[in-house]
Amino acid sequence: MPDATGLELIAQELREAEGDDAVLSTVFFRGRGTLEVEPARIGAVLARLRKRGYAFLASVHGVDYYPEEPRLGVHYELLDMSSVDRVTVKLRVPIDAPEVPSVTDAWPTANHQEREIYDMFGVVFTGHPDLRRILMPEDYEGHPQRRDFPIGGEPVIFTYNEHDANPSGAGRAGTTGAGQAPTPGAAR
Amino acid sequence: MSEYRRREQSITLSPLEQQLGEHGEGEDTTQELLTLNFGPHHPATHGVLRLIVTLQGEIVRDVKPIIGYVHTGIEKTAEDKAYWKVIPVIERMDYLSYYFNAMAFCGAVETLIEVEVPKRAQYLRVIHLELNRIMSHLVWLGTSALDLGAISMFWYCFREREKILDLFEMSSGARMHTRYFQVGGVIEDIPRGFAEKLSGFLEEMPSRIDQYGALLNRNEIVLHRLRDTCPLDAETLLSLGVTGPLLRAAGNPWDLRKAAPYSSYDDFEFKIPVGTKGDNYDRYACRLAEMYESVKIVKQALAGLPEGPHITEDRKVALPPRHELATSMEALIHHFKLVTEGMRVPPGEVYFPIESPRGELGCFVRSDGSSKPARVHMRDPSFVNLQATAPAVKGAYIADLIATLAMLDPILGGIDR
Repeated sequence: MPDATGLELIAQELREAEGDDAVLSTVFFRGRGTLEVEPARIGAVLARLRKRGYAFLASVHGVDYYPEEPRLGVHYELLDMSSVDRVTVKLRVPIDAPEVPSVTDAWPTANHQEREIYDMFGVVFTGHPDLRRILMPEDYEGHPQRRDFPIGGEPVIFTYNEHDANPSGAGRAGTTGAGQAPTPGAAR
Repeated sequence: MSEYRRREQSITLSPLEQQLGEHGEGEDTTQELLTLNFGPHHPATHGVLRLIVTLQGEIVRDVKPIIGYVHTGIEKTAEDKAYWKVIPVIERMDYLSYYFNAMAFCGAVETLIEVEVPKRAQYLRVIHLELNRIMSHLVWLGTSALDLGAISMFWYCFREREKILDLFEMSSGARMHTRYFQVGGVIEDIPRGFAEKLSGFLEEMPSRIDQYGALLNRNEIVLHRLRDTCPLDAETLLSLGVTGPLLRAAGNPWDLRKAAPYSSYDDFEFKIPVGTKGDNYDRYACRLAEMYESVKIVKQALAGLPEGPHITEDRKVALPPRHELATSMEALIHHFKLVTEGMRVPPGEVYFPIESPRGELGCFVRSDGSSKPARVHMRDPSFVNLQATAPAVKGAYIADLIATLAMLDPILGGIDR
């Protein structure tokens, strides 16, 4: 594990290579180091860390920091298998412009996980090859893992009630006449 | 047609021309491509996995997994529950490795509150984790053999699985989703007679695994279906984030129990089975060999089971013993506080990875200082490993797709959460 000093050294190296504002802060908590980075530079930072040996991206997950701002966070758990060392890279984006460059090109494992974060939190990964919902239905509205998304009942959609249950999405096509072309993306 | 149905049809597969350009050289490129829906209830998909498969004749050209059919919002539910009440819902994620789910979550919370888990509890955890690993591998072996057309294997595997479930029932009262692991230890010490019954099982189990091997290892059909089919090298697997037996089958001996021991795994002697080619046969052989190693670990843990408490003495974290409630006001207050409000956990974020039967199972917990977690996320190995399906089966026969799915061992409860 990088100790607190080791973490500062990594941060220093990243600042020298990527500019002073690449690493926003460092947190050392319960024996594990976290680097908070500028969202736009995530690709470059991960590439640098890969050169240092952190060549395995174990996990990518989203967090909603409501009510703190900027609200949405994305965490990248990196692992160095030869020295059994982990470091977390995280970034924060505001909820009105939740855009993060995708790292799928360099880390194919991030594909499903970025889709999950998009689905659950609405973080848009620019450059992702196939950014669709993954766990929720395609026409679902809202991002359920956000902290302000209400917990409560919602109607179960069967074929007999799919028009009533979701009038904004599924129901609209029912009124579409035979000669009328359906408008693509109308539900979103 | 409703908007939803229309969207469903619009799921795009990789462009056709590219497909033919890549794989169709020298073959009959005029052959028609057939897109086939596979699942979500096909028996070989082990749950509600749905695949959209593009076939050229019998050859798989592209596979897109469609998931989310058993998404139950467990991570969201967990945010609305006190820490100790999260354990039962977390266990229901990957329904074949419930002890592992509980272990990852409890480990993360224990790291946050910095509570020491007594040695006896750590050993009891190891016993149950490894029994669970054997149980999970037995279900995998039985159902995989079923996918290859062998039904008797299924009965043999479930016979032994039943014995493990009996042991779970003995220690916790439940056969599945036992809620045995608690933050700070385990809920109860093992009952009288458990050790004897467990030793009996441990004596018997290696010879049972020998029998499975005897049935399958040199079985002509199994060899034809598994050997040299759909191999993936370690480098590809690592870039896809694949861990566990799949990675070890390709020759990389990465196992968190050895690499970063938790819960006293460094006290036990065991080996990490690895393969050489990373084909389906190696995947099968690795898991079969892992069962022997798990038996060894449980034997050592049972023999060396230390005396002492089975859960932390910290009353702010663990419930006081029931008999104290009648005599001690303090115990009553602690009990009341824990049951109504739960424990307060210092703010912070932790990621706690363990080695589940399917690979790295990591639990991310963020606490905001209240008695409910602000975010619980499981890095489920099945969810990540599923991405290896397409690279493994492209260019293989559709029969190999079934065998490969069986050997990947995805559990949809864990994938969809």
